[in-house]
Amino acid sequence: MSDTTTDEHAPHTLDRVVIRFAGDSGDGMQLTGDRFTTSSALLGNDIATFPDFPAEIRAPAGTLAGVSAFQVHISDHDILTPGDAPNVLVAMNPAALRANTGILSPGAIVIVNVDAFDERSLAKAGYEANPLTDGSLSAYTVYEVPMTSITTEVSKDAGVKPRDAERSKNFFALGLISWLYTRPIEPTLAWIDERFGGKPLVREANVRAFKAGYHFGETAELFESSYEVRPAKLEPGEYANITGNIATAWGLIAASVRSGLPLFLGTYPITPASDILHELSKHKHFGVRTFQAEDEIAGIGAALGASFGGLLGVTTTSGPGVDLKSETMGLAISLELPLVIVDVQRGGPSTGLPTKTEQADLLHAMYGRHGEAPLPIVAAKTPAHCFDAAIEAVRLAVTYRTPVMLLTDGYLANGTEPWLIPDVDTLPAIEPAFATGPNAEGPDGTPRFEPYRRDERTLARPWAPPGVAGLEHRVGGLEKADGTGSVSYDGVNHERMVHLRAAKIAGIARDIPPVEVDDEGGDAEVLVVGWGSTYGAIAAAVRRVRARGLKVAHVHLVHLNPFPANLGEVLARYRTVLVPEINMGQLSRLLRAEFLVPAESVSKVQGVPFRAAELEAIVLDRLGVTVAAAPSDGKVSD
Amino acid sequence: MTDTALTNGAVPVPVTTRKDWSSDQEVRWCPGCGDYSILAAVQMALPDFGVRRENTVFVSGIGCAARFPYYMNTYGMHSIHGRAPAIATGLAASRPDLDVWVITGDGDSLSIGGNHLIHALRRNINITILLFNNQIYGLTKGQYSPTSEVAKVTKSTPFGSLEQPFNPLSLALGAEATFVARTHDMDRKHMIETFRRAHEHRGASFVEIYQNCNVFNDGAFEGITGKDNRAEMLIPLEHGQPVRFGAEGEHGVVLRSDGTVHIVDVAEVGEEHLLVHDARRENPGLAFQLSRLSRGPFEPTPIGVFRDVERPEYGQQMADQMAMAESRRGGPGDLASLLRSGSTWTVGAG
Repeated sequence: MSDTTTDEHAPHTLDRVVIRFAGDSGDGMQLTGDRFTTSSALLGNDIATFPDFPAEIRAPAGTLAGVSAFQVHISDHDILTPGDAPNVLVAMNPAALRANTGILSPGAIVIVNVDAFDERSLAKAGYEANPLTDGSLSAYTVYEVPMTSITTEVSKDAGVKPRDAERSKNFFALGLISWLYTRPIEPTLAWIDERFGGKPLVREANVRAFKAGYHFGETAELFESSYEVRPAKLEPGEYANITGNIATAWGLIAASVRSGLPLFLGTYPITPASDILHELSKHKHFGVRTFQAEDEIAGIGAALGASFGGLLGVTTTSGPGVDLKSETMGLAISLELPLVIVDVQRGGPSTGLPTKTEQADLLHAMYGRHGEAPLPIVAAKTPAHCFDAAIEAVRLAVTYRTPVMLLTDGYLANGTEPWLIPDVDTLPAIEPAFATGPNAEGPDGTPRFEPYRRDERTLARPWAPPGVAGLEHRVGGLEKADGTGSVSYDGVNHERMVHLRAAKIAGIARDIPPVEVDDEGGDAEVLVVGWGSTYGAIAAAVRRVRARGLKVAHVHLVHLNPFPANLGEVLARYRTVLVPEINMGQLSRLLRAEFLVPAESVSKVQGVPFRAAELEAIVLDRLGVTVAAAPSDGKVSD
Repeated sequence: MTDTALTNGAVPVPVTTRKDWSSDQEVRWCPGCGDYSILAAVQMALPDFGVRRENTVFVSGIGCAARFPYYMNTYGMHSIHGRAPAIATGLAASRPDLDVWVITGDGDSLSIGGNHLIHALRRNINITILLFNNQIYGLTKGQYSPTSEVAKVTKSTPFGSLEQPFNPLSLALGAEATFVARTHDMDRKHMIETFRRAHEHRGASFVEIYQNCNVFNDGAFEGITGKDNRAEMLIPLEHGQPVRFGAEGEHGVVLRSDGTVHIVDVAEVGEEHLLVHDARRENPGLAFQLSRLSRGPFEPTPIGVFRDVERPEYGQQMADQMAMAESRRGGPGDLASLLRSGSTWTVGAG
């Protein structure tokens, strides 16, 4: 294909571009975006993606409710977010256009499937007049492409029924965008072969549609030029493009391998966490047991049973499931057994926004159990970081014999970024250190095993799975006597046990790294403190502010309970502490309560991540700078 | 853990007595509670089962019966209300080398934990479930339970219960259970024999034990389990034997052509027409009929093993699937390869 590109049509070079594919839920937009992302990753671009889809599997076709979109940001330098405002929108129907025009950057390219703009579809999308002719899109460069008719036309003689052929139009769109941004076509063709090899007609229709889209770009002379985004200068090494859910699953397997503890996942399907189950269930040859339980309660119950048996018990869920698991989490705290609870947060309360992201489970993770029931909380900050966060959650759970909550969210779960694949030998080693024999003496001096006799350093109790003679013991949810673990209703003992359990978790602060403060020069007055998936948007906003010659600092917390030991001292250094969260200010409350600092909440709860520009504006405001329309140099990396 | 189990397996099982299986904890049920006799039966039975204390785990939920694990000198977990079958499922599926017992009550397993019970049975998890049925809530001091009879007057039903009770055996059979039995706390020998059969069964075994709560529901089963009443009121089920009862074996059970079972006088119908009990029958229909022969502990009631059929056990199937996955992949998983199993690309230095 490259030989047809003459000098006169040489691609323009861009440093980055944000493309949004939008269509009906059944149009295959997630797949289209995913393929474009993979081609770009293989080309060496830095990438960040944002799949944005409705909860309904197939909402009524052509309606706004049914619009499914996939946004991808590709660049020749390192980027942090999927981009605030798309530069390109591919709209497969009027509803997809209507749902997305509001967020485009000025002058954006809009490519529409003009075949779908009939009166009925326009009406379904709520358009009173055709936006392609009424001038309402004059701020954009609009290309009308008859995607459906070309797609059906090219497959006419391949024996594919027109109705089936039409379903390949997403590959036409992919082909067209692949030409426009000079992506190689071979990886996609190879992928189509592999995926649809068993269905020759579908394979053929998809290949023809994809090539037709590519050739259309080349020959239609609709587009003035194609574009290229050159490879980014990333750290040397081998990379994979990975979603947060896959990274979580692989992190759990890695922790299982590094600890020698077979993994047992007890879980119940729930959006957006189910892909962790799907992924783990493929890897039984790693000794992974996956158990799809009858409900969320049984999922965590079975995981806890496996932990009692000496395996690495894990349960995965999202908000509503955490509600149901709370009682068993309390039991795990009382039993002091390792357990990892992964909460892929979504919009709440109740069923809320199943496919949209939110960070509103932090206080639930902290306090969502009856009694004094502390547990460690680890939060992943980017899709790839889910891998490390999962390993850290397991490390803490095993070392401290405690349930640990790992918080990710819908944005991390489905979003992707390039991941520098780690050398396996550099991953943390995790030592189960099972009990092997008696650890105490009875009143008559005979050696005996006391299940609640603690390690002096970690305050962790011994882990003694069944199978070892002499270590038989009973555990339970009733309060236990310090040391022996016998049932005890003694009030003073209860207070001691409450304090011991709290001290064990608080003591983890000695075993986690201090927070790193990103503060060039160390003299900023405004500090932005974030946790979880706001990392990209905050870091991008910080870059933008600094590009104006201004100062701002950034701290991003991975450990939410306990906090790193130096956090209070860091917070006290700044005049203003801003805490952006996709909730009503949960971390800010914790910081205010814990450190008596005037932490200021920056809240957004719209089911979507912060945009860098939103945070930039707030930081500038706190710096006393009047907000300009665009960043000073017009070329800041998000 | 497997290594430990294998090592232990090579050594003969030590000879034990009831005392070896009793923990040092003081038993705290009400004096006269039927739970004492069940505990004694289990502690007396286990030394003859050829099993090891260290490979035995008792898991319970909440309720009077749920204190049981504390009194066994084995591994044990007193968990949370209704969840014992779920917790035991994870344990038994992970550790096929263990003997896992679930101790539960009518409130624990038929009310709050009903869902876990039926799914554990359906999956045929290798656990032995002992359901202490006293038809009352004891630990919360006397409310009606899901097995209490209609019109029962309790603290929470001063005008009488409105609810149709569960028939635990019918429920278990409907939940695809492979082993279903009933015994009672007044007959140690019958309990031990029933527990032995339940323990031998690979997969989920479900045993309902009629248990007297002498404080809140005293005498609930006296009409059938009392020494003087048993002959006329208990119908022993023995595999391969005609179903008959009465002091002289004068009563029996027949199967009618419409598929229902009925109590008859043997003299009237003739011995050759009695139903011959077949616990191994694949179709649970007949066992279901037998489970409903009695409407409650005021009519002649069958006890013994209703159903005992073979079906693959979950934990073994899980282990087989893992072994198959490993052999298909040509060996155990390699982490470095997993992390490179998607599309990857290399960024060079400089």
